[in-house]
Amino acid sequence: MKSLMRFVQSSMLVLLLAAPLAAMAADTPLPRDSVYHLALPLTGQDGVTRDWSTRRGKPQVVSMFYTSCQYICPLIVDAGKAIEHSLTPEQRSRLGIVLVSMDPARDDPAALMKVVDQRKLDTSRWWLATPAPEDVRSVAGVLGIRYRALADGEFNHTSAIVLLDAEGRIVARTERLGSQADPEFVAAARKLLGD
Amino acid sequence: MKAALAVLLLALPVAGLSTGTGESRFAGLPGGPFKSALNYEDLAGTDTRVAPFELMRKPVTNADFLAFVKQHPQWQRDQVPAVLAEQRYLSHWKSPTTLGDDAEPGQPVTWVSWFAADAYCASIDARLPTWAEWEYAAAADELRRDARKDPAWRERILGWYSRPSNTALPRAGLQAANAYGIHDLHGLVWEWTDDYSSMLVDADARNQGDPDNARFCGAGALSMDDRDNYAVLMRVAMLSALDGVDATANLGFRCARSVP
Repeated sequence: MKSLMRFVQSSMLVLLLAAPLAAMAADTPLPRDSVYHLALPLTGQDGVTRDWSTRRGKPQVVSMFYTSCQYICPLIVDAGKAIEHSLTPEQRSRLGIVLVSMDPARDDPAALMKVVDQRKLDTSRWWLATPAPEDVRSVAGVLGIRYRALADGEFNHTSAIVLLDAEGRIVARTERLGSQADPEFVAAARKLLGD
Repeated sequence: MKAALAVLLLALPVAGLSTGTGESRFAGLPGGPFKSALNYEDLAGTDTRVAPFELMRKPVTNADFLAFVKQHPQWQRDQVPAVLAEQRYLSHWKSPTTLGDDAEPGQPVTWVSWFAADAYCASIDARLPTWAEWEYAAAADELRRDARKDPAWRERILGWYSRPSNTALPRAGLQAANAYGIHDLHGLVWEWTDDYSSMLVDADARNQGDPDNARFCGAGALSMDDRDNYAVLMRVAMLSALDGVDATANLGFRCARSVP
């Protein structure tokens, strides 16, 4: 299962490199307002560590969460699914979804993979990933998310969902969670993804 | 790293004089149990425990920061990514690598984003202090490690906050050191903390306890235990309103180090 996943992932990488648009993007410098200027190695549900800038070339929906969260984080996954469902299959295939953990101490690849399995997330689009402990505050800062670790291991946090264009520029954000997608956010995504 | 620091200190005779020669840039603080003025629901009644740490005696100055951006051009104002510093970042300097008339070498550097402050500290193998560390260090006056109950001391701090902010900043290190040997925690500039974005204060108190309107979710709401402690109140109000890219005329920083 794991090796299959890795195969899928590596073939995706080849696909990305082969796509002329993506190759062109990698050659040109990042725009100054791209979040990918923040160096951010993330370890995904497959155990592979890559910088988040490897998502460049494709629009992304990005948010933060943690796997042991009881109340709000399931709603973040719901929100990601709701956004996907409001898109055509073609649009969906052109969009990635990245959920960055704010709990590096506990969210190892196995914990992330459990969420992938439980919520039946398609890993060709979804990337659940954990930063190094010292990078959590930085990625939260770039995304405009505030958080504090609580005494019982839970987190108190704001829950922004951010839409990045292919170059990593923030083009929309919403704080609407759950299964009703924010119409303005969806409109921005459709515009970015074409017909 | 030590050698580079020594060179830097030698190159700054003014700054060197103001802290006394030969004194290290960091002061050691013993830490221990500490009663924060902040009261978090989830920590009700428990004292914060501050681990031993070191804190810079003075805020980072324009001269310090100039040396940093020369070494790390990606932090010069014409090169910094917009997601890591807003447009006004270092806007008081004459050019990306010149201080000019509006930025004296010995003044604390201001107009710096959290990301820039964080990168500066990382470049000298340090980090930004946590809020708890900052509050702990700032509880001291010249003689006592915890002067917070003293109304006269509170008045003095309050006097600074009521001063107009359009006058030029004094140099760092001119005020007397506190009991730990640290200067300027009050009375000079606001300072970034590492965890500025952990302060989840709802701007609208009417939203408190209403999950539909709250800006954030989860328990652990923040309230003030010590409403007469304006120094802390105002700092918290400001830090909780800032984004990491923000820069202001009165906001600087200093670095901290954990003690192994």
